[in-house]
Amino acid sequence: MTEPIVTARWGEPDTVWIDRYVKTGGYRALKKALKMTPAEVIDEVKASGLRGRGGAGFPTGVKWSFVPKDSGKPTYVVVNFDESEPGTFNNRELVERDPHQLLEGAIITAYAIGSSAVFIYCRGEFLWPGLVLERAIAEAYEKGFLGRGIARSKYGVDVVLHRGGGAYICGEETALLESLEGFRGQPRQRPPFPAVEGLYSCPTVVNNVETLCNVPHIIEKGAAWYASIGTERSPGTKVFSISGKVERPGNYEVEMGIPFGALLEQAGGVLGNKRLKAWTPGGSSTPFLTAEHLEVGLDFESIQAAGSLLGTGAVIVCDESDCMVEAARRLVRFYAHESCGKCTTCREGTWWAVRVLGRIQGGLGRPEDLPLLEDLGRNMFGRGFCVLVDGAVSPMESTLRFFREEYEAHVREGRCPVTGEGPGPGVVERPAATAAETPLSLSEVLG
Amino acid sequence: MPVLSPELRERAEAIRARFPQGRERSAILPLLYLVQSVEGWVSREGLREVADLLALTTAEVEAVATFYTMIRTRPTGRHFIGVCTNLSCGLRGAREVHEAATRAAGLEGGGEVSDDGLFTVREEECLGACDAAPVVQVDFANHDRVTPERMAGIVDSLRGGEVPAPARGSAPGGFREASAILAGEGEAR
Repeated sequence: MTEPIVTARWGEPDTVWIDRYVKTGGYRALKKALKMTPAEVIDEVKASGLRGRGGAGFPTGVKWSFVPKDSGKPTYVVVNFDESEPGTFNNRELVERDPHQLLEGAIITAYAIGSSAVFIYCRGEFLWPGLVLERAIAEAYEKGFLGRGIARSKYGVDVVLHRGGGAYICGEETALLESLEGFRGQPRQRPPFPAVEGLYSCPTVVNNVETLCNVPHIIEKGAAWYASIGTERSPGTKVFSISGKVERPGNYEVEMGIPFGALLEQAGGVLGNKRLKAWTPGGSSTPFLTAEHLEVGLDFESIQAAGSLLGTGAVIVCDESDCMVEAARRLVRFYAHESCGKCTTCREGTWWAVRVLGRIQGGLGRPEDLPLLEDLGRNMFGRGFCVLVDGAVSPMESTLRFFREEYEAHVREGRCPVTGEGPGPGVVERPAATAAETPLSLSEVLG
Repeated sequence: MPVLSPELRERAEAIRARFPQGRERSAILPLLYLVQSVEGWVSREGLREVADLLALTTAEVEAVATFYTMIRTRPTGRHFIGVCTNLSCGLRGAREVHEAATRAAGLEGGGEVSDDGLFTVREEECLGACDAAPVVQVDFANHDRVTPERMAGIVDSLRGGEVPAPARGSAPGGFREASAILAGEGEAR
């Protein structure tokens, strides 16, 4: 077992406070980084092989190196703390338990790319984590780790916490920037990439919370140390959020590449000794895998080879008593709700998919609905303005692939073969949900 | 009567100053939260005042306000109860918790605000605390592993004027106070 890195301080209750953080080695990496040149900091992170933990897995140091040095414009660091992928809760706990670790990583990043302003985009619903961060920011100013002349160097940086408004799409980095600029959170055309034209059309690095939490450790202990952990192409550890039908749901920091079965065991196995049915490796937008995949290694490459994605490392576990049509319907409903409306593929595709899944789940499905869903998925996948639509296809495509018999039984029997339920929430929308979800009718708009 | 008092107008100035000169539009969300902390939602007049502060049209502000679910552009209960019904919570009984919340708040017949003006209940998407499923937020303060019985108890306490202690941190007194925190005008306790 590798020692935990980013969750190492979780056992100690007082590390939310700066004194304790400093006593346990905190802000040492920042002082070390300030004695290096920015280019040396970037090279160190590049050599560590650290990859973004927000879903895409892009090499962090490489992302930083794309920031032009001679643009004549200010540069920005934006911390993506808009954690909203269903099943994901590691960023929240990283901030709640050890907020200074994130700040230290963000300040080092800002120094590396020559930025004097950091914006932390905090998910709106994270009321308490945001307060924890505000308190930590105030402490860091007080102790001279933020503001002018940090740790007696010539370098200075400011941090502003900005709270979102409850929109999943703002986790997509260009939508996040739109939102931070005061617009509706809709994705932007890329290129230009944010590293060249990001916030206020200036060079910007957008990094996920867990990614940044790794940075101080890489600077302190070196790239070679970090690269020796995990697998060759997915170095380091990953904090997996495991939830659903397990005995001990929670965040577990493990070495990249360990088999899924080992993680499941750490979480106490399937709840009530039931049989494992399906699991997502990286949140709702990553295709379900099954009990056949217990040996799959939890790293970017192995999961991709098994037909899914590491995503945010959010493992949702379903057992034998769970209906996979209902699971798919609920997740696709999420995407329909969170579609920003910019492109037709996503706006209309998710809307129709929920309705077709709903009628199957509710016992009113028709045999032709299965090929219809497959056709819909094929026409949606890869054809949206951003990848939100691909995330919506994942749960329906993968459940259709692995649990086709279950779909067919719903249609054949007119009820759920797993739970025995007749028409469920899918087809008969409850009044409260309907009122909240249906857009205003024309007569309401016109008054 | 303007929505924002002279004191709050001063706070609005400080919020604008968080952003670089010429980029004050970035303050739109915190300013909407500031208005919401006064009105308990954001009325047309509130939209107009934000527009005025940022030299935008009311339509431009409304376009942004209606995009974000946490900005309420319709009257809202004194307490905003969000029940996560996404997959991780759904697997752990969220549907029953949502029904219990709706019933206890007196909203089973539909409608967005209970007759006594106390409650708005919404099904929420994943609240990022799936280890504690099913999760409920009362004015954005988390309650972990909520059962239908506890849900009814939480609603009863709120009706009696008592805000139950959340899983972590302290609870805002209501939706208005939560909105003040979201504007960056609250404090950790």
